[in-house]
Amino acid sequence: MNLNYSEADQTFRTEVQNFIRDNMPSAIQAKIDKNQKFAKEDYLTWQKVLYERGWVAPNWPVEFGGTGWSPLEAHIFDEEIGLSGSPRVLPFGVMMVGPVIMEFGSKEQKELYLPRILSGEDIWCQGYSEPGSGSDLASLKTRAVRSGEEYVVNGSKIWTTSAHWADMIFCLVRTNPDVKKQEGISFLLIDMHSPGISVHPIITMDGGHEVNQVFFGDVRVPVENLVGEEDKGWTYAKFLLKHERAGIAAIGSQKRQLHRLKEIANAEQSNGVPLINESRFRDKISKVEIDLMALEYTELRAVSAANQGNVPGTEVNLLKIRGSEMQQKISELLVEAIGYYANPFVPDSFQSGWNEESIGPDYAATLAPEYFNWRKSSIYAGSNEIQKNIISKMVLGL
Amino acid sequence: MDYTLSDEQRLLQDSVTRFVTDKYSLDIRRTLVSSEEGFSLENWNTFAELGWLAIPFSEDSGGLGGGPVEIMVLMEAFGRGLVVEPFVSNILLGAGILEALGTEAQKSQILPGVIAGTEFISLGHVEAQARFNLGDVLTTAQLEKGGYRISGQKIVVFGGDKADKFVISARSAGQQRDNEGISLFVIDSKAPGVSLRGYQTIDGFRAADIKLDNVIVDKDAILGKEGEALSTLERIADQATTAVCAEAVGIMDSLHEQTLEYLNTREQFGVKLGTFQALQHRSVDMFIACQEARSMTYLATLSLNKPRSERIRAVSAAKSHIGNAGRLVGQEAVQMHGGMGMTEELAVGHYFKRLTMIDTMFGNSDHHLERFGLVTHKINET
Repeated sequence: MNLNYSEADQTFRTEVQNFIRDNMPSAIQAKIDKNQKFAKEDYLTWQKVLYERGWVAPNWPVEFGGTGWSPLEAHIFDEEIGLSGSPRVLPFGVMMVGPVIMEFGSKEQKELYLPRILSGEDIWCQGYSEPGSGSDLASLKTRAVRSGEEYVVNGSKIWTTSAHWADMIFCLVRTNPDVKKQEGISFLLIDMHSPGISVHPIITMDGGHEVNQVFFGDVRVPVENLVGEEDKGWTYAKFLLKHERAGIAAIGSQKRQLHRLKEIANAEQSNGVPLINESRFRDKISKVEIDLMALEYTELRAVSAANQGNVPGTEVNLLKIRGSEMQQKISELLVEAIGYYANPFVPDSFQSGWNEESIGPDYAATLAPEYFNWRKSSIYAGSNEIQKNIISKMVLGL
Repeated sequence: MDYTLSDEQRLLQDSVTRFVTDKYSLDIRRTLVSSEEGFSLENWNTFAELGWLAIPFSEDSGGLGGGPVEIMVLMEAFGRGLVVEPFVSNILLGAGILEALGTEAQKSQILPGVIAGTEFISLGHVEAQARFNLGDVLTTAQLEKGGYRISGQKIVVFGGDKADKFVISARSAGQQRDNEGISLFVIDSKAPGVSLRGYQTIDGFRAADIKLDNVIVDKDAILGKEGEALSTLERIADQATTAVCAEAVGIMDSLHEQTLEYLNTREQFGVKLGTFQALQHRSVDMFIACQEARSMTYLATLSLNKPRSERIRAVSAAKSHIGNAGRLVGQEAVQMHGGMGMTEELAVGHYFKRLTMIDTMFGNSDHHLERFGLVTHKINET
C-alpha cells in the first residue's frame, strides 16, 4: 500500500499547472480572481486553448481525439482545473453525449458530431427532465412520431442547462406509448435551430440564468439523428447517467472553495480577533475539511482501482451524494463567515465590466447567491435520494 | 499510488481472518470475558506462535519489523471478531513505548517475554484531571540518592489488572500541563507502594486504576531522557489511535453486514424490513460511513511515519471522523434490529459497545477535531 503520487504523476501535475498558468487568457483570469460568472465566450475561449493542446476530452479514447490518459492522470487534470478556478469544459458534449455516440452512434454520427464537440463548434444541452418527470425520468411524455424519413417531436423539456447557448440537444423522447415505460423511449439528436423549438429562461432564486424550459412544437428531426435503435433509448440514457456522475465530487474546486473559506475566516473579525480564532467556527471548517479528505481518499481508492483495470462501479453514486453535500456545506459556511454582508444584492457586480466599488469586502458579494445556487447540487443529476435508491438496490441488495 | 495489500499482507489477513472465524464465536467470547483472566492465554500463545505479537518490533528487538499496514490488517480483523486479547495495551502501548525509548538492557530484559507472550506490560499515563491532554501530568517523580520516588494516580490503564510491569509517566520537572518535564519509568506491578483496582470495562476488556504511593525505583528504571517523554508518548498514542481506527472499521463493516442480513430476513406488515425506503436510505448512510472510515484509516495508517504535523493532521482527521461515523453506524444498527438490538443475546450490542468505547480512547471526536484544527489552520495569535 502506498498513497503517494508517483514522480511521473507529480511531473504531470506540474505540467498541467504550468499549462493553465501560462495559457489562461487574462480576461478570464480576472474573472476567476473576482469570482465573477463566466460568459458563453469564456467557456469557448478556454475550450479552444485546451483543444489546441489536445486536452478537451480526458475521458475519450485517443482514436476519437481523447487524451489517452489513465484514470489517475484524468483525476489529476480534473483536480488542477478545479483548483485553478478555470471554466470547466461544458459537460453535455464531452462528458455526456460524446460517450453515447461513441458507444451506440452510427459511423456518420461519430464523424459528424465528435469533432465538433471537441472543437466547441457545437454546444450541447441535455433534454432529459420534463415538467411532469423529475426523478421518475422514464415517465417522460415528449412524443416523437415517425413520418416518412422524419420524426415529428412535440412536448417540453425543463431544467435544461445552457439551452440558451446550445446548438444541439440530445433528447429522450417517447416513440412507443403502448409498452412498459422504459421500453418505448428513443434517443434523438436535435438541432436547436430547428423551426418549432423555443427556449424560455428560468431564473433561479439566486437571480441567475442557467436553466431553461425548451418547447417542441411539430419539430421535424431527420431519422438519421436517432442514436442506436428506436425504443432502446433507456439503455443509452442509463449509460450516460454513469458518465454524467463521474468526476462529480469535484475535489479540486471544492479545495479551492475551502481555501477561500479559510481566507475569509482569517480576514473577518469577531470580538477583536480573526473569525478563525474562534473555536466554534474553526471547528466547523475543520469538520468540512476532514469530510473532504474522507471524500478525496474514497475517490482515490476508486480511481486507483480503475487505474489497475477494474471497472468503475456504483462508487459514483456515493461520490455524488457526498460531493454535493460538501459543496453545499462549504457554501453555507461562506455565508456564515461574512455575517451582515451576506445581505447586499448587486447582481451587476457578478458580471465582467463591473468597475464600481463593492459594497462591503470585495469577496462578499457573490457568496449568498452562490449558496442559494448550490442547493441545486443535491437535486440535479439524479437527486441524492435517487442515488440512495440505486446504492440500496445495486450494492446493498435491499 | 496503490491501495492493495502485498502478498504477505494478504496472507496475514487470511490467517487472522481464519482465526477469528474459527475461534471467536460470540459464545466463546462471552466465556472469555467472564473468565478470571478476561481473555484466553491459549489464544495469546497462538498469537505468539503465529508471530502476531512480534509484528511491530524491529528485528534487532526480536520482532518481525512489520509496519503500520500489518498492524492495520490485524486490527481490522480483530475488530470483526471483537477480539478481547490485550494487543493494543500490551504490544502497541506498553511494549511499543519501551522499544521506542528503552536502552538495550531494558529492551532485552523485557521484550523477549512480551513477544513470546509470557510477559505483560501496560502503559499507565492518563490521569483523572487530564482528560485527553497527554501533557497534563500530576504524578511526581523526585530524584533522590539512588533512585526516584514516584507518587500519583493513573486511571483506566488498559490491561493493567494483568500486567507484570508498568510504564508509568511522572513529572520530574515543571508545572501540571507543561510539555517539558514528563518522564517515563518501568515499574514492577508488585513493587511496594503500587496498588491496583482492576475491573472489567463495558465493552468486555480489562483495565485498572493504579495508585503509586512513594514507589521507589532505581535510577536506571527511567525510560529515555529525563523530562523529554512527551513527543514519544504522542507518537505512540498516534500509532495506537490509528490501530483502534482500523479496529473500528472491522466493527463497522460487521455491524453493517449484520444489519443488512436482518433487514433481508425479518418481516413486518407481510414484507421484508429491507423493502422500506426509510430503512434503505439509512442503510446507505451506514454504507457511506463505513467506506469513508476505511479511507480515513488508510490515510492515517500511511501517514504514521511522516513528519509530526502531517502525521497529526491525518491521525486526528481519521479519529475525529471515525468517532462520528462509528456512532452513526452503531446507533443505526441497534435501531434497525429493533428490540432484539437491545439484548445481550445478539452480537449487535457487543459491537456497538466496543465501537462507542473506541471513541473515548486517545481522545474523542471533538478532541481530535480541535487537534486537527490547530495543526491545519493559520491561527493568528493576537
